[in-house]
Amino acid sequence: MEGSESEFGGSLFGLRRAFRSGKTRGIEWRTGQLRALLKLVAENEARIFEALKQDLGKHPVEAYRDEIGVVKKSADHSLLHIKEWMAPKTGKLPLLLFPSRAQVLPEPLGTVLIFGSWNFPISLTLDPLIGAISAGNTALIKPSELAPACSSLLSQTIPLYMDTEAIKVIEGGSDVAEKLLQHQWDKIFFTGSPRIGRIIMAAAAKHLTPVTLELGGKCPVILDSFSASDFKVVVKRIVAGKWGACAGQACIGIDYLLVQQKLAPLLIESLKACIKRFYGDDLKNLQSICRIVNKSHFDRICKLLEEPSVAASIVYGGSLDRENLVIEPTILLDPPLDAPIMTEEIFGPLLPIITLDKIEDSIDFINGRPKPLTIYAFTKNEKLKNRILQETSSGGVTFNDTMIQFICDALPFGGVGQSGFGSYHGKYSFDTFSHDKAVLHRTFFLELEPRHPPWNDFKLEFIRLAYNLDYVGLLLLLLGLRRRYTRTGSL
Amino acid sequence: MAAASFETAAEELRAVYSSGKTRTYEWRVSQLKAMLKIALHHEKEILEALRSDLNKPEHEAFLHEVAAVVSACKVALKQLQRWMKPEKVKTSMTTFPSSAEIVPEPYGVVLVISTWNYPFLLSLEPVIGAISAGNAVVLKPSEVAPATSSAMSKLLAQYMDVSAVKVVEGGVPETSALLEQRWDKIFYTGNSKVGRVVLAAAAKHLTPVILELGGKCPVIVDSNINLTVAVRRIISGKWGCNSGQTCVSPDYIITTKDYAPQFIDALSSELEKFYGKEPVHSNDLSKVINSRHFERLTKLLDEEKVSSKIVIGGQQDKTNLKIAPTVILDAPGDSLIMNEEIFGPLLSIITVDKIEDGISLINSKEKPLAAYIFTNDKKLKEEFVKRVSAGGICVNEVTLHLAEHGLPFGGIGESGTGSYHGKFSFDAFSHKKPVLYRGFTGDVSARYPPYSPGKLKFLKAVLSGDIIGIIRALLGW
Repeated sequence: MEGSESEFGGSLFGLRRAFRSGKTRGIEWRTGQLRALLKLVAENEARIFEALKQDLGKHPVEAYRDEIGVVKKSADHSLLHIKEWMAPKTGKLPLLLFPSRAQVLPEPLGTVLIFGSWNFPISLTLDPLIGAISAGNTALIKPSELAPACSSLLSQTIPLYMDTEAIKVIEGGSDVAEKLLQHQWDKIFFTGSPRIGRIIMAAAAKHLTPVTLELGGKCPVILDSFSASDFKVVVKRIVAGKWGACAGQACIGIDYLLVQQKLAPLLIESLKACIKRFYGDDLKNLQSICRIVNKSHFDRICKLLEEPSVAASIVYGGSLDRENLVIEPTILLDPPLDAPIMTEEIFGPLLPIITLDKIEDSIDFINGRPKPLTIYAFTKNEKLKNRILQETSSGGVTFNDTMIQFICDALPFGGVGQSGFGSYHGKYSFDTFSHDKAVLHRTFFLELEPRHPPWNDFKLEFIRLAYNLDYVGLLLLLLGLRRRYTRTGSL
Repeated sequence: MAAASFETAAEELRAVYSSGKTRTYEWRVSQLKAMLKIALHHEKEILEALRSDLNKPEHEAFLHEVAAVVSACKVALKQLQRWMKPEKVKTSMTTFPSSAEIVPEPYGVVLVISTWNYPFLLSLEPVIGAISAGNAVVLKPSEVAPATSSAMSKLLAQYMDVSAVKVVEGGVPETSALLEQRWDKIFYTGNSKVGRVVLAAAAKHLTPVILELGGKCPVIVDSNINLTVAVRRIISGKWGCNSGQTCVSPDYIITTKDYAPQFIDALSSELEKFYGKEPVHSNDLSKVINSRHFERLTKLLDEEKVSSKIVIGGQQDKTNLKIAPTVILDAPGDSLIMNEEIFGPLLSIITVDKIEDGISLINSKEKPLAAYIFTNDKKLKEEFVKRVSAGGICVNEVTLHLAEHGLPFGGIGESGTGSYHGKFSFDAFSHKKPVLYRGFTGDVSARYPPYSPGKLKFLKAVLSGDIIGIIRALLGW
């Protein structure tokens, strides 16, 4: 749907009406929609592969691992657990409130707006949608216009499989996004850059709409020393974490690497060999790696390399093919720390390696910069692990691997500080789109009169004991056996 | 304080936070104990300040403010060790072999902006959460309750670690200057107009915000109930809570046309038992906070279509800023009193034909912070709990869900976002950091390029948790 202002109003009205009808609250609707989404993905696998190839040059294996597989796994996980997520949780109450019963009942927020992102245009659009559906909301999704083939595929297929009254797709760019933001939503879920994140949050403020912002940041790798056999695995995981997911155009992709000076030469040689094995070294014929999404991002990344002192620090790669939007996997050794490549999020296939005297210095290095979405640390040193956990702050920490935290449903995925706030995945996706409603049930039996005015000292004493949960004292007081509270007394 | 000095103050706090001292268990406990001392040793001073700001009766002030702070401190002290413990989580086959945990970490330097109706409790309870979670804090109490503001400023400076817990007193200029600084979390209690300003300011720094706002909290009163108990609970939650100047106080009652006369009679007689024949002189009722709010409230009553509908009360004492408990029957839907949050000692009653219509009536308005129902009809209870969207709900009770540490307290929609109390306060000021640990065995080559159809098959099997499929893919079938 390409929409005008009035059409937005119309579809928003439709979504609200569908929510009010109550149909999205039932478990049948939720599981039905999740199954429909699974069917959509299964039956259109080839078309999704094709669209991802067109938009980003994504290889089907990568596409399956990072997009289709993620959606499938999330939907399956939701289907398996939705019943237990929806069940009210009961709370324990103090005896004083007897007889009563307390529960926390998750309820859908209402009509939510989801902004997808272009780097994982399928999974980062549909994964939040799975959360919205699981929690019983109606949703409008706006896929990123920078991945047009995927955007159009979603807008064509979703209406064929899903409940069109409750789930709508709107295609378009920033003009459309702006118009959408003028309306009131019950939640906005955004994946993208901090700059747009600020705009979204400011717009949401007008309607007091809660927002989840999934942003990025410069995710560092801390690399300790390893035995030769482990080191092989480490290198593969680093290469996969840098170039393996959308050629570094990933919010949890590695941005830069911190390593001890003496280890740098070996690391660089091993990375080079691994890159050649994985992707080849012919710029015109790189295999199994994505291209840059568009010309403007291509130019942005090239500009990071332009400064002579930065260009001089390139130790591998650096070749560019603007026509085909391909940038060779590129390694830089100690580029100047005040250059844009070290102050801005790279979001592309460049890897600066920063050398340190001691690996422990990496903690101060990271703390001197905005909080990243993830810190990757390769180390077997428990003390260092503990220091990283206690002394740095980031959305998450992954030890001895890269990227895979994203598919771990048991962990919340989200940022902190400049890398965003709010989290999702698994149960956390459900929580993100739910309001935990506190419910207290009481009966008319047993009324505690000291709650009510007119006030007197007996009542004050009663309240004191009650707050201390001093039941013996209460009993004595009620029997008239306890001395009344005096001002000099203590609690 | 000038804007520049706020910047310095924020930087100083950041330096203290970076030193790591607020993260330790010992520091958190020492500060919670200091807070406990403030509440226990200075009760008289605090009650006097509350009398001066709000004419709040000592019993109410003790019950709702001092005792609530004491209880929040005690819960935190008792549970803190457990709260701080990383939560182990099970990982799936997809990331095998691995282990994972969720580590709560402090946000850093946080700002708490408080309000005037429960100036002691609503300032310190969020601070208790912030400290428990290991943050450095700036508290900005409300200037509208000046005596309590200055008492807290003095006491916190005297008892707490001033390098990490600061009180900034002041009004709009100070608040605006504070909001220009970068904070790692902002906790605001107040109205939705200022809530929007806080959110917009936070957007510049991408700061997450908790907004504790208010709204028009409805009460449905069915006819099959113990009327006396219901009415007493309603009075306690309305006039017994700071003369209705409470975010969770009943704002309007919904009952049937047939039942309304009986309900009003009961309300009238119980009110007299509680506050006497001349309630404006009762010492058991708080006053209206200031003349601006007094005028706002009298304006709600002065509307012609409303003043003719007063069935109980209506007396006002402008000099002492007191308004008697006042009940209005069937104010028109377009009147101010039915559209603005009352936040004072006026209660409106709306009659419906069938009690079930109450639910749709509530749902036609903005989502309130709390919604209440008195009924013995099981089906109606269930309907109410299921269909009414509100921050919290009480069945056969009002406001009491607030006192329960096991329940999250917070709003939805116009009544705010985020929650606190008990463990939820700790969570409100903690970032839940996911940590994944991996070893070096079991490295699967299908993750890595060069990609092939066999690797695709393998991935499909792994991501669907299909063990047989994995074996087949490994064997090349």
